[in-house]
Amino acid sequence: MVKNWYPEAYWAGAIFKRSDKQPNNRRIRDKCEQMTTPIDFTQKQLQTLGRLAIDPTRHLGRIALFFLQGFFLIFTLPVQVSKIVQQVYFIGMKSISIICLTGAFTGMVLGIQGYYTLSQFGSEGLLGAAVALSLIREMGPVLAAIMVIARAGSAMAAEIGIMRISEEIDALETMDINSIRFLISPRIAGALISFPLLTALFDVVGIFGGYLTGSLLLGISPGIYFGKVESSVVMADVNGGFVKSFVFAVVVTTICCFRGYFTHLGTEGFGAKGVSLSTTSAVVTSCVLILVADYIITSFLL
Amino acid sequence: MSPPLIQFDNVFKTFGANAVLNGADLSIYKGQVTTIIGKSGTGKSVLLKHIIGLMEPDKGRILFNGKALTDMKKPDRRALKRKFSYMFQNTALFDSMTVFDNVALPLRENTAYPEGEIQRRVRDKMHQLDLTGIDEKYPSQLSGGMKKRVALARALVTEPEIVLFDEPTTGLDPIRKNAVHSMIADYQQRFGFTGIVVSHEIPDVFFISQRIAMLDSGRILFEGTPEEIQNITDPIIQQFIKGQQNVRDDLTGLPSHHQGIKRFKEEMTRLQRHQITFSLVLLTINNIENINEIAGHSAVPTLLKDFAAQVRKSIYITDTCFRYGMNKIMVVLPDTNQTQAEKFCDKLSRKLKESTVFDIQPVPGVCFSVSAGYAEARKDSHLDDVIRTAESSSNVFHEIKVC
Repeated sequence: MVKNWYPEAYWAGAIFKRSDKQPNNRRIRDKCEQMTTPIDFTQKQLQTLGRLAIDPTRHLGRIALFFLQGFFLIFTLPVQVSKIVQQVYFIGMKSISIICLTGAFTGMVLGIQGYYTLSQFGSEGLLGAAVALSLIREMGPVLAAIMVIARAGSAMAAEIGIMRISEEIDALETMDINSIRFLISPRIAGALISFPLLTALFDVVGIFGGYLTGSLLLGISPGIYFGKVESSVVMADVNGGFVKSFVFAVVVTTICCFRGYFTHLGTEGFGAKGVSLSTTSAVVTSCVLILVADYIITSFLL
Repeated sequence: MSPPLIQFDNVFKTFGANAVLNGADLSIYKGQVTTIIGKSGTGKSVLLKHIIGLMEPDKGRILFNGKALTDMKKPDRRALKRKFSYMFQNTALFDSMTVFDNVALPLRENTAYPEGEIQRRVRDKMHQLDLTGIDEKYPSQLSGGMKKRVALARALVTEPEIVLFDEPTTGLDPIRKNAVHSMIADYQQRFGFTGIVVSHEIPDVFFISQRIAMLDSGRILFEGTPEEIQNITDPIIQQFIKGQQNVRDDLTGLPSHHQGIKRFKEEMTRLQRHQITFSLVLLTINNIENINEIAGHSAVPTLLKDFAAQVRKSIYITDTCFRYGMNKIMVVLPDTNQTQAEKFCDKLSRKLKESTVFDIQPVPGVCFSVSAGYAEARKDSHLDDVIRTAESSSNVFHEIKVC
């Protein structure tokens, strides 16, 4: 079992533990005794308050360390090329169909909704710009990431979680194989390669989806549609989308692998139940974090 | 005695309110097989996990060659870790990899061997363990016993210096169980590794271990040789050992080692009271290394089983035979002196040579040779002394060869 990095009572103990040694000086001792009463009274609340602040911070720190370890171990020699390719296949290649499907429908619905809104101002001609910009800047990275969470993120958490509870990760450690390098690094590398590609695919399919509804169904001239797409999108938009997709790749793999890797430290369920809990929490947490991160990145990029 | 290779110095480990190790002191010596016995749930696996560093003690130290793991520098610690292999109780095979990849994994990750060399080593090890034709299968497609053997192959494929076995034979049939034991003993002799075995198989593990340690309520209750533990009078230990032993050895169907000692004591009492002499014949299968090498490790247990059946058929009703060791059968001949014992050996060897009487099917191309030694018990001589006389070269009567 991996050593608990920060034992539960560590922080509380460090802050509140009174010295076992009583001071010899009588005046100081009296003063100490006077002081203990209010501390005892508020100790519980203070502890709770402290824990509320410390726990999430500590958790975030742990996740960050976990990611950094995994990330830098990608580059240790020999680079695990075949494992990374496997992960690219699993995260990227196998997600293509679902990305195409969701991309097409997102673009189609954007086409209809955009047409409806724009036609109120008589500017249906701008539909291409509306669809392309909203896809490339926003919808593409976020929706692609969420689809990948559903497909690959949950699988990562479950697979690693099961490896943990069946002692396979311990077995790796006994063989002197770094389990983070062996299990986590290829996934991070695979995700960093696949996410931008999937996002790009999502954007392109979405734009064609918008063309389907906007032009074929609602009758905007294809020339105007694609002309507007081309003229409105600048490289900065595309770059912004890619930055997002890189960040999402990091967030998704880190959260999902972290949850799986530390399944055994969960307090609510053990064994199969523990795996199910960590898979659920991996999916929920990473979806929420994607939306939060999206907001933060957008506000910085604009 | 040389200083211990691994030493537990007053180790404590607590899980919640459950104190598992409670001041454990244990010494493990280089080149020996040390077996840790004890009731279920007394922390034998926890003890093992402390050795390999999967768990760290709350209090106390674990010393390797007199140096604590926590005091070592990182490269030293890694170098030490590479000398270890650990065989998990529940095998801990990688479910999503094939059997071959499982066994090859430690070589592929930690050594720079070319793929051909890795394949050769893996196939070699798998052949020795009777694991042929399952390379492309997945662990979940195998039976429990096969999984155990795959785990064993994975632990031994790196040819480690220290091997930790966590219940290596639980769930195996008698032949496989003996094969695993003989393999541990065989490899131990060949490569000289230090073995630490957690096991419930009493007295079978006594045949292969040089040292036994008994763990009870978080402490090492006893540490010593198999002979010492059998003669110890501490009621807890005696009760535990007797409770674990079957009346009959499950491989050969002969009465167990423990029963043999009891019978010897009975005969000794008769000798002392009524001057009725008795003798012992010790049958040893000699060339087990040879057979292991040619026919794999399950050949010897099979041979021993058949051989035991034949011996049982050819003795008088008043005689009794016992499984005395890994490859040894002891026959107690009451009311027999040395000359008669010699005659018995003679008769047995003649019978063995007539292949019609002995329908033992030796493995093709392998002769198995049995040496029969005899000795007459003297008054107040100890069992070990009699055995030693029987094994001494002057008393080894026959080298019986069956091909």
